[in-house]
This record gives sequence, structure tokens and C-alpha cells, in this order.
Amino acid sequence: MSTTAVIPHSQAESWTLPSRGMVGMACLIVAESAIFIIFVVAYVFYLGKSLTGPTPRDVLHLPIFISICLFSSSYTVHRAVSALEHGKRRACTVWLTLTVLLGGIFIAGTAREWHELIYREGLTIKTNLFGTTFYSLVGLHASHVLIGLVMLSLALLFSVRGQLTSRHTERLEVLSLYWHFVDAVWVVVFLVVYVFGK
Amino acid sequence: MQAIRYGEHFASRLLFIPDGGKTSIFRPAGTSAHSIFGLSMLVLTITLCIFLVVASLLLYVLLRYRHRASSPEAEQEPAQIYGSTQIELSWTVIPVLIVVILFLATARVILSSEQPHEPPGALDVIVIGHQFWWEYRYPKLGIVTANELHIPVSDSGHPTPTYLTMSSADTDHSFWVPRLAGKMDLIPNKVNVMSLESQAPGLYLGQCAQYCGTQHAKMLLRVYVDTPADFAAWAVHQKQPPVEDANAALGRGIFQQNACISCHTVAGTVAAGRFGPDLTHVASRDTIASGSVINTAANIRAFVDNPAHFKPGALMPPMHLNEHDLDAVTAYLMTLK
Amino acid sequence: MATQTPTTAVLDQASAQGQRPLWLETVQDWVTTVDHKKIGIMYICYALIFLVVAGFEALLMRIQLAIPNNTFVSPQTFNRLFTMHGTTMVFFVGMPILFGFGNYLVPLMIGARDMAFPRLNAFSFWISAFGGLLLYFSYLGGDGLYGMGGAPDVGWFAYAPLTERVFSPGHSTDYWTLSILLSGIGSIGTALNIVATTISMRCPGMKLNRMPLLVWLYLVVSLMAFVVVSPLTAAQIMLMLDRYAGSHFFDTQAGGSAVLWMHFFWIFGHPEVYILVLPAFAFANEIIPVFSRKAIFGYPAMVAATVGIGFISLSVWAHHMFTVGMGAWANTFFTFATMVISVPTGIKIFNWLATLWGGRIHFTVSMMFAVGFLFQFLIAGLTGIMLSVAPFDWQLGNSYFVVAHFHYVLVGAILFMIFSAFYYWYPKMTGRMLSEKIGKWHFWLFLIGFHLTFDLMHVPGLLGMPRRVYTYEADRGWAILNMLVSSGAIFQAVASLLFVSNLVYSYFKGAIAGADPWDAWSLEWSTTSPPPPYNFAVIPTVGSRRPLWDLKHPEDPDSNYEM
Repeated sequence: MSTTAVIPHSQAESWTLPSRGMVGMACLIVAESAIFIIFVVAYVFYLGKSLTGPTPRDVLHLPIFISICLFSSSYTVHRAVSALEHGKRRACTVWLTLTVLLGGIFIAGTAREWHELIYREGLTIKTNLFGTTFYSLVGLHASHVLIGLVMLSLALLFSVRGQLTSRHTERLEVLSLYWHFVDAVWVVVFLVVYVFGK
Repeated sequence: MQAIRYGEHFASRLLFIPDGGKTSIFRPAGTSAHSIFGLSMLVLTITLCIFLVVASLLLYVLLRYRHRASSPEAEQEPAQIYGSTQIELSWTVIPVLIVVILFLATARVILSSEQPHEPPGALDVIVIGHQFWWEYRYPKLGIVTANELHIPVSDSGHPTPTYLTMSSADTDHSFWVPRLAGKMDLIPNKVNVMSLESQAPGLYLGQCAQYCGTQHAKMLLRVYVDTPADFAAWAVHQKQPPVEDANAALGRGIFQQNACISCHTVAGTVAAGRFGPDLTHVASRDTIASGSVINTAANIRAFVDNPAHFKPGALMPPMHLNEHDLDAVTAYLMTLK
Repeated sequence: MATQTPTTAVLDQASAQGQRPLWLETVQDWVTTVDHKKIGIMYICYALIFLVVAGFEALLMRIQLAIPNNTFVSPQTFNRLFTMHGTTMVFFVGMPILFGFGNYLVPLMIGARDMAFPRLNAFSFWISAFGGLLLYFSYLGGDGLYGMGGAPDVGWFAYAPLTERVFSPGHSTDYWTLSILLSGIGSIGTALNIVATTISMRCPGMKLNRMPLLVWLYLVVSLMAFVVVSPLTAAQIMLMLDRYAGSHFFDTQAGGSAVLWMHFFWIFGHPEVYILVLPAFAFANEIIPVFSRKAIFGYPAMVAATVGIGFISLSVWAHHMFTVGMGAWANTFFTFATMVISVPTGIKIFNWLATLWGGRIHFTVSMMFAVGFLFQFLIAGLTGIMLSVAPFDWQLGNSYFVVAHFHYVLVGAILFMIFSAFYYWYPKMTGRMLSEKIGKWHFWLFLIGFHLTFDLMHVPGLLGMPRRVYTYEADRGWAILNMLVSSGAIFQAVASLLFVSNLVYSYFKGAIAGADPWDAWSLEWSTTSPPPPYNFAVIPTVGSRRPLWDLKHPEDPDSNYEM
């Protein structure tokens, strides 16, 4: 069993490669972006093609407040990672809490918007092409926010219990990369659906 | 041209093709098909040349450089060659040139084939694809028929092309009569157009070329390119109201009291359904069941009794008529010439 | 990367002393493994099982088509057969077998101990496997076995609106959608692993331009997978929403577009076939040089051509839609893009030719399959060029000419290279050589069957025979050709069974392989056959593209000459 060839090895040059966690998350982000792009394409393609029913102009209002909340949560998660890197565990917990809260406001706001659209305006996914593409695109984004919130809550839980240390900085950074991605998608969705689409 | 015909003859014998290929793309009989044929000959020539050159090089290399245990250098490794910029450049540039030539020839045909506007003197036909039959409407002639398309032959001096406006009532279909033209898809909620023109009268066969469900394979096409006299006669006949044969009164009554009328149309009667083929002149057609069954009384009877006998999965249900009613309805349908 | 590891002696001694494990222990070991080698083997075996199943489906179809107006199977059954055959071959044979080889070889070739995310690796395998089981459960679900159940019958590309609830009321479409969604998750997971491993876990000295070409090609394949599988996933989510939530993405009666599905599907579907073929190229890049006894000609060009093919393949998709009525400018663009991709592809063929030139070619069974690949891929590429000419495609599209073309690629190129890869790497995986004698029978029988079937299959297409037809008219002149095409299938079936028996027989009775039976040059040959769980006793440092060549020819290392 021990007849393997031994390649001469030397430690002459330093050999550092990118972190696999970041590479992995970058790959996931590329794949998820592709899914979102397809839903955005469908949304744009079907603008103005609904045969009946409410149009975006009729029923959509710019969700400024919740968008500000979501974008701020990118800042707070960034602060959480910095804090952890410098060993400031208490600060990290605070910033993580803020992130989860801001994300939670976004979800609550989306839920409120949908409640109004469904019960007041009568717009559902079945109503027309606008309903179909709106709920699927915004819903896809919201589900990604939810998943991110679950992961962030887990991180927060660990942080509260004192189990999150500076050794875990890279992992938190990978998670924050996902969260930044979710924010970036919202920039696109916001512009396409609420600005250009109307 | 002669060379091509000899080549075709030889190739057809070699490739076991009897009947000369009723639906061969290499026997064009329509303007569109001829244009495609010309381009395809260029493409085949280029690809054949590439094949001969590369394949013979490959064969040569495999034979010339095979390992021979007896040769003196058998145990040594051959000279390791890692690349050569000049050689690699040349076999990049030459393919690029071939691509440019082929592309320009192709682009020319693509751009000249597109006909968003109806050519002058064209006959208008609306084609609607259904699961699993073809609906044909001639709006300016007031004709509605199914499954057998009649178009006038076109004279190169005095062209009379047929302009097809095509869509689908249900799933995707594709209209393909190889000897007349390339195929064009029939897509619901989309309108496609195609010009069909032939200088040779005759019957041209084809079939649906986009999987549309269970009976896709039997959604056959029959295009009759008629001489001007024949076409005029056909058109006049099709415009007539349905034959009112007194002997068929019983069958007509049964037909009109059954569910037949909810799917089929017989012009001027209570039967005004659009789901199935128009039957006003069904007895004048050579075939039924979208070209897949010869039109005889026995076959009509069997089809009405149980369409699945000929086309399992066809959307027409068995009509559950007793023997007596079945005979009567068959007799009635056979009078609808 | 730490290089201090327990000595091999200690670890080997421990395993040698243990008694033969109980079969239950073996099963548990394999089911819970996160070792990339075992996962790779599981992917491969799983794919082989489905290859036999889907091959059987093909045999049934060919029997039905051997004579006109045959009644061997009903139209409903036939439509299920071609759908299941296509779906299985692409998602449950092609993808798993290629990712299986990738899983096994990539860490070994870059001097790593395992993939970057071993548990994700295992998860990806099991979710894909479950997807395959779900697809085949469809034969049992719904109406049950005799009524052929709810097996998908909408074609492997499942065009809308045929797949909408109104035209497909049963669950056939749902089985299609859900099983592929699961397999897609598995593919993305494996691709992610390959990228992360390749970027982050190469051994010291292995810069990107020193990686074996196989690793480069798998890197490109995996990067493509992210942008390619996702459109299909998105389209399938839309389809499920249409079918169950009442949305209207592809509901033409509510203004939806059938063409949109086609675009989304083919944005996936075309690059997908490049994802299937690039690994075949990867195998060729490793195998042809070794059996020519020469380094691959033009390594940098091969890398550039691969990356080029990867990019260009994302822009050619609508050549599957030339007859849909996209308009002259769109047809012209896609013709152009499709023709352009032939340039880097041609470069690869020429580089292989140049590698053979001046070499000393050994015709082992592995090499014989590789030679078959070269000729057949050339032909497949040329028929592809014919199809890229849009007006020619207006005749040839959706006919048996297309079926012949893509089987030429999938069987003649990809499957031949997969066979070649088996004969080449089976010794590494099992420690035993496959029988060359049985291998030669396998090769020649399969070659004859392949050509009988797929050469002749082009002709009915030229004579107007469309695809996906459960039967055809007797007066079209297609009958004799179909009979001959069907007879070729029997040769291929026999040859495949011979191959499977070779795999089994050689596992027990094959000659012991040793670490490096082919006198090859990449890192997997520097460790034992099969490799120990930790792959390498010491993580190697490399100084060129062929570390074992440098070892065997210290007076003339590759690093002096590499371009």
C-alpha cells in the first residue's frame, strides 16, 4: 500500500489561495442571480400585456420605508462582521440584532403590502399577467430574505450565548455576503417593478 | 443540375429509398424549397470537403504514428512538442474564413425569405392548428375546410403564391410539407406567416412537425397544387351550401340531435361547432382523420363509432350510436360532397 | 496547506489488521460517506443503472418504429418512452456520470485530500439520486403500472402550453418538473464544490496554468452550470405556479407566451449539452496524450478555446427555435453565433490531431474509443454546422436528422469518451485492469451498432420524417431505413451488456493495476490504486503541467518548454 511516488516538495514560495467559503458563496450568488434574472425578464416581457385587471400604476406605491430598512441592514451586518473581527462580541450581538430587526421590518412591510393588494385591490397571482409576474418576483426575493433572516437569527443566537468568537469571522462574512446579495437584488426589483415598470 | 439529379438517383438507390421520396427535401417542387435546396448544396459541399480533409489527416496520423514494438525507437518517448503559434494561428484563421463565407451565403437567404407583407396577387389562407387536425379558412373566398389544402399552381410569369397566416387553437404545431417549403410553427397567441408557391401541380404530403400530444404522428398534411381550372372548380364547389339529399334526412336528423353539432359545422344548419373539422363538404375529401384514413363509407362508419380505433388519443369521443343510427349518420355524411 | 500528516505506515497498518467488515458495515460506510472518491463511484454506478434503463426504453421505441403502423406499444406509451428516455439520459445518466468522474478525479489531480465541502458533496449526490427515483416512481403513481401511471409524456423539453393543466391534467408534468428540480439542486451543489475546490485547494506550485486540462474543463463546466441550470429552475417554478397557483406565465389563453418557455428552456438546454460534452473533451485531453506518448499540443489554446466555447454557448440557444417565427434578424444572429462556436471547437480537434502527430500511438481499448470519438465528433460537428444554417434548419429541424445529429454527439462522442474514461481510470478506482479482450468485443460491436443506427438515421430526416412520432405512414419510403436503424440498436445493447459484465468480471478477476499502469503524468497516478482515503501521504508540490513526467525525466522537465 505504501508504494506511492513522492513528489519532491519545497516550501520555497508562499502559497495562499482564496477562502473556499467565499468562493462557494460567490458561486451560489451567481446561480441565484441567474434565477432572479429570469424572473425579471418575465416581468419586463409581460409589462403592458395583461388582458385585464389592475395595472402597476393603479396599485403600486413606492415602498420607500422598508427599502431603507433593508439597505440599512447591509450596513449593520457589515458592522457586525467588523466587530467580530476585532473580538468585540457584545457589539457584534448588538449589530446582529439590528440587522435581524431591520430585515424583519422589511418582511412585515411586504406582508402588509400584499394584504392590501389582495384584499383591497383584488390583485392575486391568478388575476392577470401583472399579478403573476409581480407576486412571483417579489415573493422569490422575500423568500430569500426569509432564509437570510433565519441564518442571521441563528448567528445571533450563537452570539447571545457567547459562542461566536473572532475565529468565526470568516463564516459570518460569508453569511453577510449572502445578505448583501439579497439587498442588491432588491435594488434591481425595486427599480424594475416600482420605478420603471410603472 | 444534371449532376445533382444523377447524384440523387444514385444516393436514393444506395439509401434504400423506394417511391423516389414523396417528402424528400432534395426533390424541391416549390419556390421556398428550391431556395433552401440551393443553399443546402453549398453547405453540404463545404462540410463534405472539411470532412474529407480532416478525416484523411486523422487516418494518416493514426496509421503513420502507431506504436510498432519492433521499431528501434519503441522504448523511447517521442519528441515532445508543446505547440506552435504559426500552425495554431492558421487553423484559427482558415475556419474563420469558412464561417464568414457560409454565414454571408446564409444571411442572404434568410433575409430574402422573410415576407412580412403579403405578395401581390397572393391567395389568402388562414391556417389554424388543432389537436390533431388542420383548419383552413379562405377569407376572401368564403371557404372553410379542413385537412386538405388546395392552392393554385403558380406561373413564373404570372405568380399566384398562397399566403398562409398561421396560428394554433391549443398547443404548438408545425406545418411541414418538405417538397414545397421549410417548416413553420403554429403557436397559440402568436401569428406566423409563410408564402407557399409551387410551379408543379400535384399532391404534396407532409405532417405536423412539433410534438403536440398523443396523436401528433397522425396529424398529416395534404397540399393539392391545382391547375387554375381545377382550383376554380374546387373553390366554386366548396362555396356551395351543403347537399340536401332527401334520402339522408334520417341521418341528418340524428346528426343534428346529437352532440355532433357542438364540435362540428355543417354550413347553414344548426351544426355550428368549431372544435372539430368543418364537415360541410367532408365527402369531397380523399381522406379523413387528418390524412391518415382513406375516405370510404366503411371508414367513416368505423371512425364515428370509435375514433380511437384509428387514432387512439384523438379528442373526438366515441359517439355511442346504435348500429341503425350509425348507418344513417354515415349515409348522411357521405352525401356531404 | 499543512503537509505534516500521520505516516502512511501507521494508517495502513491499522486497516490491514482489521477483519473484513460485515456487509452492513460496508453499506453504512457508503451511505454515510463524504469521501469524494466513494461519492464519485456512487454517481457513476447510479448513472450506469439508468443508462441500462433508458437504453431499454430506446430499444422498445426502436421495436415500435421498425415497421410502419406498428402496434407494439400504444401511442400513449410511446410518448412516455421518448420523454423518459430523453429526460433520464440527460439528467440521470449524463450529468451524474460526468459529475461522478469529476468528483473522483479533480481533487486527486490537484493534489488535494477531498472536495472543499464534503458534506455538500454527499447531499448533492443523494438529492440527485432521489430525483431519479421520483421520476421512475411516476410509472407506478397515478393510474398504476398497467395504465403506465403518470410517467411524463410531454417530451424532455416539455413545451408549453402542452404542459399546462388544461392540456396535461394528470401528474406527468409534475413528475418531470420535480425530479429535474431535485437533480438541478444536486448539479449546482457539485458544481459549487468543483469550483471551490479548484480555486481554493490546489497543491503548492499548481498555478492555474499548470492544472491538468481536465480540471480546467470541469472548472468551466461548473461555472456554466450556475448560469445555465438556474434558468431551467426558474422556468420550472413558473410552470408549477401555472399548474397549481393559477398563474399565467405560459397560459396563452390569458395572454401568456409559449415562446417564452422555449427561450427559457433553451437558454438552459443548449449550454446544457456543452456541459455534457466538455467533460468528454476533458477525458480526451488526458487520454489522447498518454496513449500518443506526447504532451497535449497547444495547452494555452485549449484553455482559451474551452473558455470561448463556454461563453459562446450561452448565446446560441435560439437555433432550436429557427422555425418559431422570431424574424430574420434574430435568425441571422443565432446562425452567426452558432457558426462561430465551430471555430474554437475545430481548434480542439486540430490540437488533438497535432498531439497524435509524431507520437507513438498505443491502441489500447481506451484509445480505440478515443479514436472513435475523434471521427464521430468531427461528423457530429459538421452536421451541427448544417443545422446552424437557418434555412436548412427550416427543413431539417424537428426531423430525424436532428435526432441523428444529437445522438451522434451524445453517443458517438460523449458515450465513446465515457467508455474510454472507464477503461483508463477503472484501474485507478479499483486497483484492477479491465479485460482488454472483452473490451475489444465491446468496442467493435458497439461501433457497428452505433454506425448502423445513427449514420442511417440521418436519411429519414432528409426524407421528411419528423421526430416524436409513434409510427409513420408506409408510403413515405422510411420503412427499410427504420428497420435497419432499429437493428443497430440490438448490437449496441449487446455491447453494453458486455461492458457491464467486463466491469463486474474484472473487479474480481482483473489483473492487478499498480499505481501507474499507463505510464501517465498527472497526480492521480502518483498514489496507489485505489488511493487511500487521504489520497496522498504527503501533499505534493508541482513545478510543471506534468509532475510525473518531471519525476520520470528529471533531465528534461516540462517546465523548460511550456508555452
